[in-house]
Amino acid sequence: MDDMYRDYILDHYKNPRNFGELEGATHTYHDSNPLCGDEMTMQLKIDDGHVDDVHFTGKGCAISQASASILTEEVKGKTLEEVKAIDRDHVLANLGIPISPARIKCALLGLKALKGAAWGLTAWPGEEVKT
Amino acid sequence: MAVTVKTPAVKTEALDVARIRADFPILAQTVRGKPLVYLDNAATSQKPRQVIDAMSRVFEEHNANIHRGVYEFSERTTAAFEEARAKVARFINAPSEREVIFVRNATEALNLVAYAWGRDNIKRGDRIVTTVLEHHSDFVPWQQLATEVGAEIAVVDIDDNGRLRRDQLSAELRKGAKLLAITHTSNGLGTVNPVKEIAAEARAAGATVLVDVAQAVPHTPVDVQDLGADFVAFSGHKMLAPPGSGGLWGRAEILEKMRPFLYGGDMISRVTVKLTEWNELPWKFEAGTSSYVDAIALGAAVDYLSDVGVAKIHAHELSLVAYLLPRLQEIPGVTVYGPKDLESRVGVVSFNIEGIHPHDVATIFDREGVCVRAGHHCNQPLMTRLGVPATTRASMYLYNTTDDMDALVRAVHAAKKVFGI
Ligand SMILES: Cc1ncc(COP(=O)(O)O)c(C=O)c1O
Repeated sequence: MDDMYRDYILDHYKNPRNFGELEGATHTYHDSNPLCGDEMTMQLKIDDGHVDDVHFTGKGCAISQASASILTEEVKGKTLEEVKAIDRDHVLANLGIPISPARIKCALLGLKALKGAAWGLTAWPGEEVKT
Repeated sequence: MAVTVKTPAVKTEALDVARIRADFPILAQTVRGKPLVYLDNAATSQKPRQVIDAMSRVFEEHNANIHRGVYEFSERTTAAFEEARAKVARFINAPSEREVIFVRNATEALNLVAYAWGRDNIKRGDRIVTTVLEHHSDFVPWQQLATEVGAEIAVVDIDDNGRLRRDQLSAELRKGAKLLAITHTSNGLGTVNPVKEIAAEARAAGATVLVDVAQAVPHTPVDVQDLGADFVAFSGHKMLAPPGSGGLWGRAEILEKMRPFLYGGDMISRVTVKLTEWNELPWKFEAGTSSYVDAIALGAAVDYLSDVGVAKIHAHELSLVAYLLPRLQEIPGVTVYGPKDLESRVGVVSFNIEGIHPHDVATIFDREGVCVRAGHHCNQPLMTRLGVPATTRASMYLYNTTDDMDALVRAVHAAKKVFGI
C-alpha cells in the first residue's frame, strides 16, 4: 500500500504522456467507470497494421490515468495484433504497484478502452446501452 | 470561508462515548497498526456486543423456524420475532405493530411499495414527484415504474447549500402528484428535509407520501405519526443491527388494500388448488422464511439506541460536525458539499480535495486507519447536480470522537503530501 503512489505513478498522473485529441485517428473507443466517474477515451492511428500514434483523454483517479499513460507509451509502434494480445496481467505487472481488489477496475480502464479501439468496437460486449 | 458554528439545537448531556465504545468489539481493532477510525456509518454501522449476543442467543438457545412449529423452540423464536416487531413499532411510534413489515433492507421496502402499491395506483399520465437527493433505491424503482406505465416523474432540485428547493417542490405538488417519494435525510450531504411540513403539503395536494428514513431513523428521533407520511422505509444495518433486517411502515388502511409483493409460504391464510387467501397484516407481506435472527437482533439494536437516546446521538453527531467543519474548511483545496452549518443536518460531511480523486483519497486514508466512502454514494443524479463525479464522505455515529475528527484532518494532510499538493 505504501508504495502504491510511487513517484512515477504520480508523475504519469500529473504529466500524462500522449494525452489529448489525436488528429487523424483511425480507431477510437470511449469507456467509463460509473463507480468512480472515471472517463477514458483511447485513440489509435493505425498505418499498415502498426500503431503509428496513440493518444488518450480522460479524467479520473491517479491509478486509472497513470495506467493509461504507461500503456500508450508501450503500444506505439506495435502491430495491431500485438495490441489486441495485451492482457490484464501484463498491464498490472507493467504498472508495478500492488493493486487492491477495489482498485483493479481503475487500473484496467485504459486497457479496456485500448482493446475497444483496437478491435473496432462501438460498445463492449454485454454492456450495450439499452434504450 | 468562515463557518457559523451554533450550538446543537438539542441541548442534552453529553454521551458517555468511552462506555459506548467498549460495547463495540470491532473498535478495538487496528488497521495497518493504527487504531480503527470508522467514518463510513452512512454505508453501514458497526454492531454492539448486545446485538451480536442477541443473534448468538437465538442460534445457541432456541433456533427454529417461526410461525410454523408447535414445539417450544419454534414458539420461543416466534415470540422473539414478534417482540422485535413491537420494539420497532414503539421506536418509530407506529400506531400498530400490524403496520410494521419486516424486510431485508430499505431497498426491499421501497420495491415492495413500488410493486404492490405502485403498479395498481400509478397510471399513465400520473405524476410522481421526487428529489435529486434520493438514494438510487428511492429513485430507480419510481423511474422504472414511470417508464413502465407511462407516468411522469418530476425531480426537485436543491440549492447551492444542499437544501431542497421548497418553492420548486410546492410548484410540482400544485401541478398534481399521485406520489411524493422523498428522503428524510440525504445520505450524500447529510441534509435533513422538513418532511413533516412537506408531507402535510403533499397530502393536501392529494399525493401519497413515502419517506425514505434509512438515514434518519439511526440518527434522529423519527415518529411516523408526527411525520404524517403514508409509508416509511429503513434498513437495520445502518442502525446497529445486522444486514438482512429492515422495515417498512405503512398506514394499515393502505396496506390492507394492497396486493402482496411476494407469494409463497407464511403470507397465505388458505390455499386450494383454485385460489389463495392472503394472510393478515403484516404477514401478508412477509413471504417465505423471514430473516428472523436479523429481525430479532434489530429489536436488540432498537433497545440499545433507546437506552442511549437518539436525540442525544444526534446532538453528539452535531458536536462532531461543529468540530470538524472549520478544521476541514481551513485546509486549502478542500471543498465541502452540502450544508455548512448545523441546522437540519446529521453527521455526514461530503468533500473533495482539489487535484486528488476521491478514490485516491480513500486509499490514502485507509493507510491512516481512516475508513471513509469515496464514490457517488448511490446518488448519481446528486453528483451530476454538484458537478463532480464523486466525493469523499465521512459519516459519524454515536461511537465517534473528536480524536476521529483529528485523524480525518491528519489524513487529508497526508493525502495532500503524497500528491505534492
Ligand atoms: C437514504 C438511503 N436510502 C436507501 C438506502 C438503501 O439501503 P439498503 O442498501 O440497506 O437497502 C440507503 C443506503 O445507503 C440510503 O442511504
